[in-house]
Amino acid sequence: MLRFLIHRSIGALVVMWAVATLVFFMLRIVPGDPIAAMLFDSSPEMAEQLKAKFGLDQPVYVQYVKWFWAVLQGDFGTSIYGSRLEVSRLIVEALPRTISLALLSFVVAIVIAIPAGLIAATRKNSKLDHSVTVFAFLGLSMPDFWLAIILIIVFAANLHWLPAIGYAPLSEGFWPWLQHLILPAIAAGTAFSAIVARMIRSSMLEVLKADYMQVARSKGLKEPFLILFHAFPNALIPVVTVMGIAFALLMTASVVVENVFVIKGLGRLLIQGILNRDYAVVQGTILVVSAIFVFVNLLVDMLYTIIDPRIRY
Amino acid sequence: MSELLSVEDLHVEFKTPEGLVRAVDGISYSVSPGEVVAVVGESGSGKSVSARAVLGLVPRPPGNIPKGRILFDGQDLLTLDDDSLRKVRGRRIAMIFQEPMTSLNPVITIGRQMTEAMVANLGYGKRQAREKAIELLRMVGISEPARRMKQYPHLLSGGMRQRVMIAMALSCEPELIIADEPTTALDVTIQAQILTLMEDLCQRLGVALVIITHNLGVVARYAHRVNVMYAGRIVEKGEAGDIYQQPRHPYTAGLLESVPRMDRSREDPILPIPGNPPDLIQMPEGCAFRPRCKYATDQCAIAAPEMQVLHRGHESACWNTDALSRGVAA
Repeated sequence: MLRFLIHRSIGALVVMWAVATLVFFMLRIVPGDPIAAMLFDSSPEMAEQLKAKFGLDQPVYVQYVKWFWAVLQGDFGTSIYGSRLEVSRLIVEALPRTISLALLSFVVAIVIAIPAGLIAATRKNSKLDHSVTVFAFLGLSMPDFWLAIILIIVFAANLHWLPAIGYAPLSEGFWPWLQHLILPAIAAGTAFSAIVARMIRSSMLEVLKADYMQVARSKGLKEPFLILFHAFPNALIPVVTVMGIAFALLMTASVVVENVFVIKGLGRLLIQGILNRDYAVVQGTILVVSAIFVFVNLLVDMLYTIIDPRIRY
Repeated sequence: MSELLSVEDLHVEFKTPEGLVRAVDGISYSVSPGEVVAVVGESGSGKSVSARAVLGLVPRPPGNIPKGRILFDGQDLLTLDDDSLRKVRGRRIAMIFQEPMTSLNPVITIGRQMTEAMVANLGYGKRQAREKAIELLRMVGISEPARRMKQYPHLLSGGMRQRVMIAMALSCEPELIIADEPTTALDVTIQAQILTLMEDLCQRLGVALVIITHNLGVVARYAHRVNVMYAGRIVEKGEAGDIYQQPRHPYTAGLLESVPRMDRSREDPILPIPGNPPDLIQMPEGCAFRPRCKYATDQCAIAAPEMQVLHRGHESACWNTDALSRGVAA
């Protein structure tokens, strides 16, 4: 187990390094640079001066080595835009918002997906199954920003049930926090729930055909008991894998959704950073997002040992 | 003696894209309390399906039971609703399946799988069920039963798992156990152990046993009465000794010749039955065994033979039983 953890952690670090390096160079290949984004119309001397100030006049590989050395020491640099805030401070501010949104979207997705998947599998080819399938494809094919706008129009603008935009930290109370996140969580979680529901359905259909299900049925156990305690835990094994990977989807969804709902999370930070060619901000944010992704997948692998006793590391 | 289980003119069919498969085509057999009855046949002869039909485990659709009765203790199981049938399962009729490797749920401990039926069917408390489970596991020859209870199935060998299945089948003290090829997936050395164990326990506890198998050798040693199935029908039935000593259907005779036997000399060849079982969607006219039968006559192509009583409980569905008993091929 310990060996496995060490092994996977090293792997995780390699992945994060690769992602960060790729982003570093891709940012510099993209046309336009931060100075151009800052200054609309100015003398070349001024631009040169600014470039020197931010170290952008040096060769790319020198910039890379310097940046990499700083990151290793925990220094993500400063935003070159506006008030030159430290990137780490920006991230610390944005992170709880994105994590709140991601967690709540996850909860929304699971609460929808598990019953939907189970019903679809146990009533295969019934009207209920077909409607679950239709909703799943609707959920998957609706763009999340569009769904977000529809939700705002219906529940915020017309019904006035929930606020349209903004975020309230948990320290201001549970309800204000939740109130601001319900609509974004639905917008970001719908596609995720559709994937998971479809996965649960097909995985359950597979498990329901297994020999041990017939054995359990022959023992005189009740059908709901069979479904929940015999079939479902087995069906979860492949589903959990997909959940880990589909978590990336949740992260990308949150980028768009945060922008629609004006939540200043990592997604919004990233978009602003890209628009401003704010290299340090983009690099730092991507590094954190990839760390979250890698960590979640490691967590999924650990979860296996709980749901499947045959797996031991 | 009144019958415990009586299957009467049972038909089971399956809808498939290729057509209607008549997996079981009008079979009848009975089991008395405490008796060991065998149903023998090749793969696809309908023996497993007919066993599953007893417990209502034939999936519907695609399966369908258009005709027949399954009387258990005087009650037709085919007319019961799901809830009443569930109360028969496990509690009064238990089943042991072919594949011990896949018959236990991989993510549930042996202990929970052993006890859940007792808790659900007999209203046992957790502790009472646990004590009985440990006792049963010891009875079927599992060492350190208390430790095994906490383990998951993947830590047990095939033979051990089948022992667990037997213990599980016995746990609710059923009157009948249906064992569907209980030893097919096991090593030869384990097969005899498991069968002897089942026979011994059933005798001691007074449980009737239906063994579904393709191995006539198994039958000879353990069964009192035998039903031989071919292409969805019973072609011969009788006392195990009679059938073994003097088969009166060419198929049974062929089965016996195709099995290595210790009581025959080494020079006696093992003779396989030529050909393949018929396509159940397009059954041949007349006797289903005719294309493979060396005793076949013109009459066999015209009409399927009915079961006829030869003597004292020995029945056979063949036009040419006399030729067979004289050993004269057509």
